[in-house]
Order: sequence, then structure tokens, then C-alpha cells
Amino acid sequence: MKRKIISLALAGTALVATSAYAEDVTLTIESWRNDDLTLWQDKIIPAFEAEHPGIKVKFTPSAPAEYNAVLNSKLDAGSAGDLITCRPFDASLALFDAGHLADLDDMEAMGNFSDVAKSAWQTDDGSASFCVPMASVIHGFIYNKDAFAELGIEVPTTEAEFFAALDTIKEDGSYIPMAMGTNDQWEAATMGYNNIGPNYWKGEEGRLALIKGEQKLTDPQWVAPYATLAKWGGYLGDGYEAQTYPDSQNLFTLGRAAVYPAGSWEISGFNALVDFEMGAFKPPVQNAGDTCYISDHTDIGIGMNAKTANPEAAKTFLSWVASPEFASIFGNALPGFFPLSSTPVELEDPLAKEIVGWRGECESTIRSTYQILSRGTPNLENDTWGASVAAIKGTSTPEELGQKLQNGLASWYAPQQ
Amino acid sequence: MQKPRIRWHIAVFLAPAVLVYTAVMIFPLFNTLRLSLFSKVDQERVYVGLQNFQTLFGDPFWSEQFWNALGNNFWFFLIHMLVQNPIGIALAAILSHPRLRFAALYRSAIFIPTILSFVIVGFAWKLILSPIWGIAPGMLDAVGLKSLFAPWLGKEEYALTTLALISVWQFVGIPMMLIYAALLSIPEEVLEAGEIDGITGMSAFWKIKLPLILPSIGIISILTFVGNFNAFDLIYAAQGALAGPDFSTDILGTFMYRTFFGFQLQLGDPHMGSAIAGAMFAIILVGVCIYLFGIQTRMRRYQL
Repeated sequence: MKRKIISLALAGTALVATSAYAEDVTLTIESWRNDDLTLWQDKIIPAFEAEHPGIKVKFTPSAPAEYNAVLNSKLDAGSAGDLITCRPFDASLALFDAGHLADLDDMEAMGNFSDVAKSAWQTDDGSASFCVPMASVIHGFIYNKDAFAELGIEVPTTEAEFFAALDTIKEDGSYIPMAMGTNDQWEAATMGYNNIGPNYWKGEEGRLALIKGEQKLTDPQWVAPYATLAKWGGYLGDGYEAQTYPDSQNLFTLGRAAVYPAGSWEISGFNALVDFEMGAFKPPVQNAGDTCYISDHTDIGIGMNAKTANPEAAKTFLSWVASPEFASIFGNALPGFFPLSSTPVELEDPLAKEIVGWRGECESTIRSTYQILSRGTPNLENDTWGASVAAIKGTSTPEELGQKLQNGLASWYAPQQ
Repeated sequence: MQKPRIRWHIAVFLAPAVLVYTAVMIFPLFNTLRLSLFSKVDQERVYVGLQNFQTLFGDPFWSEQFWNALGNNFWFFLIHMLVQNPIGIALAAILSHPRLRFAALYRSAIFIPTILSFVIVGFAWKLILSPIWGIAPGMLDAVGLKSLFAPWLGKEEYALTTLALISVWQFVGIPMMLIYAALLSIPEEVLEAGEIDGITGMSAFWKIKLPLILPSIGIISILTFVGNFNAFDLIYAAQGALAGPDFSTDILGTFMYRTFFGFQLQLGDPHMGSAIAGAMFAIILVGVCIYLFGIQTRMRRYQL
């Protein structure tokens, strides 16, 4: 009898212990979006925790430039968080292949996304999806509406109008025509080449042809954007060679530059800083009436660490991320990161609304170098950074750059050989 | 006949240092060298012998980057040898002058940058030299030399030299302190004896002090060599892992980091990275051996 009581008591404490333990499930999220720390802490996490009392969530971002290296080291060492913010394409695919990311195909909520949205986080044959798509970013140009009104400039739609507008700003002299620097290199490629490029290579058509080996980087549609970039050099500020990305952001938000080649992710940051009205225009087309193409790049997803101690809680969180509720909180809290879920989300921010509206007018594509083509060494994306900088500085001709990139790609990519 | 006693205390006293040094230095070093002999094929680590080194030196894509980084590293080292060490010696000579006032103040002021973090130094100089917010263009403008200003860190032809000079600014205190200590240890009698023979002022420095501090200069040179060929932090803090513009500031350290840990869409390759680290180790080893066996053994030492 006594023994029974003791064992009952033991069982009781064990139960208490487990339930206490269950309440303490803490999920840690690895991310490179350190800019979004307050958003996660103030809006997203409280909304989730209110609905799921048993689960606590911690958002632990690292610096964007170091994220991939840090994450890989943590995963190898077994110290990574339960949930992993996914870079698009190969960086995440490699994590999946290495067994670090769990297969999420059995999750019902994955049905909320189109195939295009999921494509950035699938195996090449589409048989397994390993990250829940969160958001895409759209490229274009943000401009200072007050400056444009002051100088009497119409919003440009064609390339000729675009350069005419820049000329007007340059002649007037009170604004730097365009805020961009080449010091950090990626701006030139991401906000330069891949921003204006889709209009030349016709978006998905050219991108897929390049992957299949039907087009080459030496073809005119791939070289011409470099020739256009070469013209940009004259419109950037003094000493743009040493101008960094934060420098460019500050030049624009302080009202010293009129046009900012942008990704939509800038919107929330800019909204907090500017005291003038901002507008946006899409990458100008070559001739009036041409079909326009925009880079609507799948940028963020979120997946589950395959070795997490709390797979159930992690899946609960991922299902919630896939829900329209999250899309609405995220899309409105972070204007400029456009939700990818099939249910349309009504955005409140005027600038974000303007930009997301381009999805209806133009053909969407993603950055040309991201899928498959940056898998080998030399790395096409990194080479594109250098090539775009060289084009703007005028240290190489567009043809030389095309040839160099093609040689690098052909050295390891069979369809291009 | 008595058996020689085993002297346990030697092992006991050596053990902590040997264990710690083995765990944090010797083991990682050899493990890195071992890693460079493997490669990853289909998620499996396979032994490939010297193939990584063959790729590094044989494949034009890799070898071009390697020789570029090595050349930049030599230039980085050369600037330190030509600028940092002579200035360090000159500063030490001035500081050791008995009639200099506020010597302690100067000494600390010049030494302080050495204890700053690379990140602070890189960031501060980036701001100073910034064409937009920096004070460098303004200061040049004030003396009417604005035309001399260029966005140095963004130009292929100047960036590496600029960074090397920033590093010189940061570390000039180290040769200064070592030489200063060596100069102070020269006995007055030697200098006085020279004075009686008519050697004073500058010639006393060249004929008496310099020969006596040559061993210290040798040590400084080898410290500079090892430090420069292991350098990474300043370039990474100021220019990022791509060591722009157009790899003009890429040194072995940044090349190794980029390869080992990956960068942006480029995935890390620990095996190639280890091969580069192995090559760096070999270069430093050869340099140190040349110094130890070629120079130090021939250096004349004077009994003071």
C-alpha cells in the first residue's frame, strides 16, 4: 500500500514536471533580418503566442552578410535554432541535402502557396519542399516626389525619359541624380543589373533559356544591361566608388539625392526617415508600349531544423506562418516584403501598394543568377557583382564582361558548354 | 649503482602549457592540414590526396585568385616594412632623447591605436575617408588641395595601399615600443666612450645605437611578416569578404575566409579553404625559416 502511494506520488510529480516542461517549449528562429527584430518581438511573436499558449518564440538574427556562414557553422556544430529563415535557392537546398532542413510536404498549410512561390525552396525536380515561403521583394526605383515636382520632371516610363530626367536633375545641380555606390558591390548587381535587366532578357523567358543553355551571357539581351549601367556612372554622386550601401540610403533619405534604385525592402526603413513624399516607378522599358518585366524575387522562407528537439511546436509555428493571418500581419508590418500566399492581402502603405500593383501590369520574374546558375565555382552571382561594378566604373566594356561571365559559367555548367 | 631518478616535476610543470597549446594550436593546425586532403562528393567526405592543392595551383580560376592574393599580401608587407618600421624606429629614437618633454604622453598617444579593435579602426577610417561624410575631403579643401582627394578605398589602384597605411597607423606603436626598450638598454658608458672618440648626435645613432638594436629590428621584421601574412580583420572590416574593388585588396586571409565559409550564394568549401590555409602556413613557415637560419644566425651580437 505504502509503495503504491509512493509510486503514485512519483507519477504525479512526473506529470507535473512534464506539463511544466511542455509549457516551456521555446522555439528559436535563426534569421538575417536583424532590421526586423522589433517587428518580430512586438507584433508577430505576441500574435502567435496569444494563440498558442504552450509555445514561446525567440527571434535571434545575425548580420545579413554573415548569416550563411554563421548558420552553416551552427548547423554543423548542432547549436542552431529550431526554425531557420531560408535564403532562396541553393543555400537552402544545400542545407536540405545535407539533412539540416526537414521535408515539409506533409504539412497541410503548404497548399496555401502557388508552385512559383514554392519553387525557391524545392528540390530541382519539385519532389520535396523544405521551407514555407514568406515574402518576395520587388525591384524598381524610389524617387523624391518633391524634387521631381520642383524640377518639373514627369515620372519616366521609357529609358530615354529616364536618362532625360537624370540629365535635368544633374543640370539643376541641387540634387544628386541617383543614390548608389559601388563600394559594397552587391548594390550594382542587385539594384542595377537585375533591376533593369528583365526588360532586356524578357523576364522568365530569358532566365529559363539561360538555364537550359539556349541563350548565352554574351547574347545582346544579356550584355545590353551592362551598356545601360555604364551610363549610370555619370549620374551617381562624387566619389561613388567608395560610397557604401548605408551611405546611399542616407543620401536619399536626407533628401540629397532624387532617385534611388531600390528593392522594395527599403520601404519600411525609408518611411521612418524621410520628410518628403516618396513615389516609385518601375524599371523603364526601351520603347514606349513594350511589355514590362519586373524582378519579383522570392526572398524569404522559413523552415525547420531537422534536428530540432521540438518538431511538433515548430510545425505548429510553420503552419501559422503559412496562414493568411500571418501574411496580413507580416505584409502590413513590413511594407515592401510582399506575402506570397495565394490569398491576396490588402496592404495599407501607399508606396508598398503602388509597387505591389506592378504585379498586375508587368510580367514577374526572379533574379537571373539565383536558380541553379550560382551552384558552381566561379560563382555567377558574385561574378555579376564585380561585372556590374566594372560596367558602372567603365573599367571593362560590356562585351568583355559578358564574355568573362560566360567563360566562368561554361567552365562548370554543362548546358552552357 | 643508483638508478637515475625520474624527474617527474619536469613533466608536471610542463603539462599545463603543453596540453593547452596542443589543444588550441597544434591539434587544429594538423587537423586543418588533414582536412585539406579531403573533398566532399555527394555528402560524403572522401580522401583525395593532393588534389585540392592541384586545383589551387593548376586551375586558372583558383590560381589567378591565389597569386593575386599573394601579390597583394607582399605589397601589404612591403608597405609595413618600408613605412611602419622606419617610422617606428625614428619615433623610438626621438622618444629616447633625454631632453624631450612629454615623452610619456607621446608614447601613450602613439601606442593607443594598437589596442583598438580592428572593427573600430576600419569603421573610423572608412568614415574619415568617406567622400560624402568624411573629414578628409574637407581638410584637404581647407588647405586648397581638394583636387588631391579621391575615394581611395573605392579605387582599384589605391585601395590596398590605403588599407596598408591604415594598418601602419594602427600598429606603428609596436616597433616603437620594442625599439624604445632596446634603446633604453644601451648603457650610457658606451655612448660616452663614443663621445670621447668624437661620435655624437646623428652619427652616434647610426654607428653605435643602430648596430646594437639590429637584433630587435630583426624580431620586429619577423613579427611584421607573420602578422601581415595572417592579416584578415582590417580588410574584412573595411571592404568585406569580397575584398573589393575588384579583388584589389584581397589577401590570403580574406581569400581563405571566403572559400572556407562561403559568401552570399557561394557555399563554403572547408576542404579548399583548408588547402589555402595550408598554403598560408607553408609560406609563413618558409619566411620564418629564412629569417631564423639565413639572417638571425649571421647577425652579430655585442656584449654590453
